[in-house]
Amino acid sequence: MALNIASREVDGVTVLDLSGRITLGEGSVQLREAVRELISKGSKTMLLNMGDVNYIDSSGLGELVSAYTTAKNQGAQVKLLNLSKKVKDVLQLTKLYTVFDVYEDEASAIASYK
Amino acid sequence: MESVNEVEALADRIAGEAGLDEDTRFHVTMAVREATVNAVLHGNEYDPAKQITATFENTGRDLVFIITDQGKGLDPETLPDPLAPENLLRGTGRGIFIIRSFMDEVHFRQLHPGTELTLVKHLPATETTQAR
Repeated sequence: MALNIASREVDGVTVLDLSGRITLGEGSVQLREAVRELISKGSKTMLLNMGDVNYIDSSGLGELVSAYTTAKNQGAQVKLLNLSKKVKDVLQLTKLYTVFDVYEDEASAIASYK
Repeated sequence: MESVNEVEALADRIAGEAGLDEDTRFHVTMAVREATVNAVLHGNEYDPAKQITATFENTGRDLVFIITDQGKGLDPETLPDPLAPENLLRGTGRGIFIIRSFMDEVHFRQLHPGTELTLVKHLPATETTQAR
């Protein structure tokens, strides 16, 4: 199952609802293009809703890091919402959980940008 | 990437049939996927003339997965630590670390050319194996 991405705006924050897998050849490219497109349009606040992402591999982790650093270099922020247990476990294993701002509910995540 | 997905699906089936709990099954499947991606991407460098092989065995005590490529070879000792602060934001370099974290044993063997990666997951002891 590839990655599906739906975009919506909540209080000025662009929320990307992701569902599927973020892996080499399946979701990595879509995620990269979605984030870069938002940044090119001037978006400064992006929230990746990972609630329906059931799998991420090392390539997908690399794309999350790339999204984070690309955004940061452009003065933008990428934060994470609703990690599944599998995704959270892998982020913790690789210490990336300490890099990202991670939220468990959307209202708190949206409020954190203010 | 079709071959990677096929190997991953087979590993998941074998791990499931071996009775591994959900977390361990996920770990095994992910480790095998990472090893296969490494073989295709970093080993064979997407060269369609080169092949990978994947061999799976349930010995009753272990699940053993052997992945080979026909690439230039890999020295695992030279791989940077992905948890080091200076590497934390790198886009690559986490695959072997994940494999080592999720499996009980990982062995590298150089094939000249190519690399053979053996991944071992110990199976939970059953009454039968405990009695041996």
